[in-house]
Amino acid sequence: MSDAPTGDPTGTDAAAGGAAGEDAAGSESDARGGPVEPDATDVRDPILSIDGLTKRFGGITAVDGVNLEVERGSITGLIGPNGAGKSTTFDLVTGFLRPDAGSVHFDGRPITGLAPHKVARAGAVRTFQITREFPEMTVLENLMVAPPGQRGESLLWSVAPGTRRRVVAQEREVAEEVWRTLDRFELDHLADEYASALSGGQRKLLELARALLTDPQLLLLDEPMAGVNPSLETKLLDHVHELREQGRTFLLVEHDIDLIMEHCDRVIVMHQGDVLAAGPPETIREDERVIEAYLGEDV
Amino acid sequence: MSPDRPGDGGASDGLGGRVGAVGDRVRSSMERLPRWQADAVVIVAAVLGIYVLFYVLAWGQGLDTNGTVNTLVRVTFLMAAYSILVLALNLHWGYAGLFNIGVAGFMSVAVFTLAIVSGGGEVGMGYPIWAGMIAGMVAAGLLGLLAALPALRLRADYFAIVTLGIAEIVRLLMKSQWLASHRLFGDRIGLQGSAPVEVPSVQQYVYEFLTEGGSPRDEPTFVGAQLFEFGSWLDVQRTTVMSGAYALVLVVAVVLVYVLLSRIAYSPFGRILKAIREDEGAAQALGKHTARAKIYSFVIGCSLMGLGGMLWQASRFTVSADAFMPILTFYVFVALIVGGSGSNAGSIVGGVAFVGLLLQGPRMLESVISEHTDVPGTNTLYDGLTPIVQGDVMPLIGYALGNIDLFQRMFVGVVLIVLMLKRPDGLLGHRKELAAATDLSRPGGGNDE
Repeated sequence: MSDAPTGDPTGTDAAAGGAAGEDAAGSESDARGGPVEPDATDVRDPILSIDGLTKRFGGITAVDGVNLEVERGSITGLIGPNGAGKSTTFDLVTGFLRPDAGSVHFDGRPITGLAPHKVARAGAVRTFQITREFPEMTVLENLMVAPPGQRGESLLWSVAPGTRRRVVAQEREVAEEVWRTLDRFELDHLADEYASALSGGQRKLLELARALLTDPQLLLLDEPMAGVNPSLETKLLDHVHELREQGRTFLLVEHDIDLIMEHCDRVIVMHQGDVLAAGPPETIREDERVIEAYLGEDV
Repeated sequence: MSPDRPGDGGASDGLGGRVGAVGDRVRSSMERLPRWQADAVVIVAAVLGIYVLFYVLAWGQGLDTNGTVNTLVRVTFLMAAYSILVLALNLHWGYAGLFNIGVAGFMSVAVFTLAIVSGGGEVGMGYPIWAGMIAGMVAAGLLGLLAALPALRLRADYFAIVTLGIAEIVRLLMKSQWLASHRLFGDRIGLQGSAPVEVPSVQQYVYEFLTEGGSPRDEPTFVGAQLFEFGSWLDVQRTTVMSGAYALVLVVAVVLVYVLLSRIAYSPFGRILKAIREDEGAAQALGKHTARAKIYSFVIGCSLMGLGGMLWQASRFTVSADAFMPILTFYVFVALIVGGSGSNAGSIVGGVAFVGLLLQGPRMLESVISEHTDVPGTNTLYDGLTPIVQGDVMPLIGYALGNIDLFQRMFVGVVLIVLMLKRPDGLLGHRKELAAATDLSRPGGGNDE
């Protein structure tokens, strides 16, 4: 599939110079060259940049001054052991949590601390680690919720006699788009089922399809492959690659490191609330600190 | 293991199977009807069922034609009043998932506002009734807004406590003796303490439409004369015709509320409400402004509760704060659960079934039994229980009939438990009322494959 990363020749070793990562002591230089800086400058055109993001829960600092950037049009993987702060970072970026410090810029605009619906409208849409479909709504209805700019979402437009006709007309357009998505994700035979009747993997598909219908620029997928059977996983990954070809950007949290290494253009490793390393998969694979963080695991 | 073949009858599963098959056939032919027609069929069927029941009960009581019609009018009035309240609660609980247990409070604010704006007497300002009705709905809506703005940030259970608290605060303020006895800038700030407050009603205007002075003894108007003529042909008295006309006004109000709420339900706005009910965070993650949708739906529902309260309670001409005890809210909830929350047609069926079978039915049945049997009057439960040792259960039955209200509440509780176990989605549950403004089936022909 996509084995071509962003093709950045400077990304691997040479870029260590100006970056100012907090824990980049550089003491443990590797035989193959300098360690990849957390704030690696191999991102030329970031769609998402996070600067010094911090979140504390009581005495625990879940996210501790994270700096990271996501290249526009890339598939970027976010990995790290349990408790590394990946999901918290997702929550902070998408407005589900308010950061204690730091800033988030999306497409050049600050989105720090914005309400979730505003972040989503800006074009950064997330899915959840445990799928959050609308269980007692049909698959069709689940998807009908998503498309943006529906006039009928205004109470007056839906109720007033004069405007109702236009709402109905737009509903037909939205329904057509939804049916195309249903076909594309092969969920069409489930259209009239309640979402609660779907299997775990189908729910993941539904959630991805639903997020996609909001027409986002950046999709933040929190463990999209967890609990998904291999054939469906392939299907999901095909969708991701196809959508990337269309210019969408993906940031995915995933535990399956082989999968991340195979499919991502760039990998960010988090550990204990901070970014440990960032760079192309082949660099990350050989980074000693990453190996140490995943002690004993074959990265 | 099963010797009975389905065709044999007799066996309970065979019978159940056949009933189920009939149900399926009815359901499939209903599905071919347009949405509102299918709803109308279900609702009319439920109402007719209750009418037949009450006709039989009235006959059992030995009522004459006028008495029977009067009974049906009374039950129609209550069914309509409950239906408005249940529809409004369905918008909160069935659609947006807002757990409002302060229904009585939002009703009472509207009723007392009506009394203040349009009433006479010591508290009233004497504006026209329509101004009072609008003011009442606005007041209930504003109280809803007041409750919603801070409280919608809370978790569902805390929100419920806020609504219950507001309802009780309103009730206690209305009957406060202290407020009634103090003055601010020369005006009394409270109402009349626990004394009932005079309240104007649309009913009076309906009555004045039928007779010159609004009383059955007055000269009838042209419309009134026709109706009374028709009534006397049926052996129905003027008072019954007049209260029937008012019940009809409530039925019209139910239809209007139903149309409004159906428009909300079958729209993208209604879809967002449903999404909020299912998972608000997920709706936000799709870019939906859920807080705004929640506030709109809450305020509208509260206004409609106010409307229901005014049409119902004001028709008694006086109203006291204790007409709005929390039990009223509970009854509206039971009616919604009976009918099936999330469905507007189900809400009306729930209101109809609740009033017919749980609220008025047992009282009628009690009269019928008292009429036909010689049950001793028993004053205490002890007097009812002790004769059982001698094998005499009549004193206990006598106690039950004498305290029918008590047993009715127990009955409501039991029905609720059974329903929760057997049909948690209510009578009309499992209906996939798609929240969409139009038919969503695949464009260009039905579902192939």
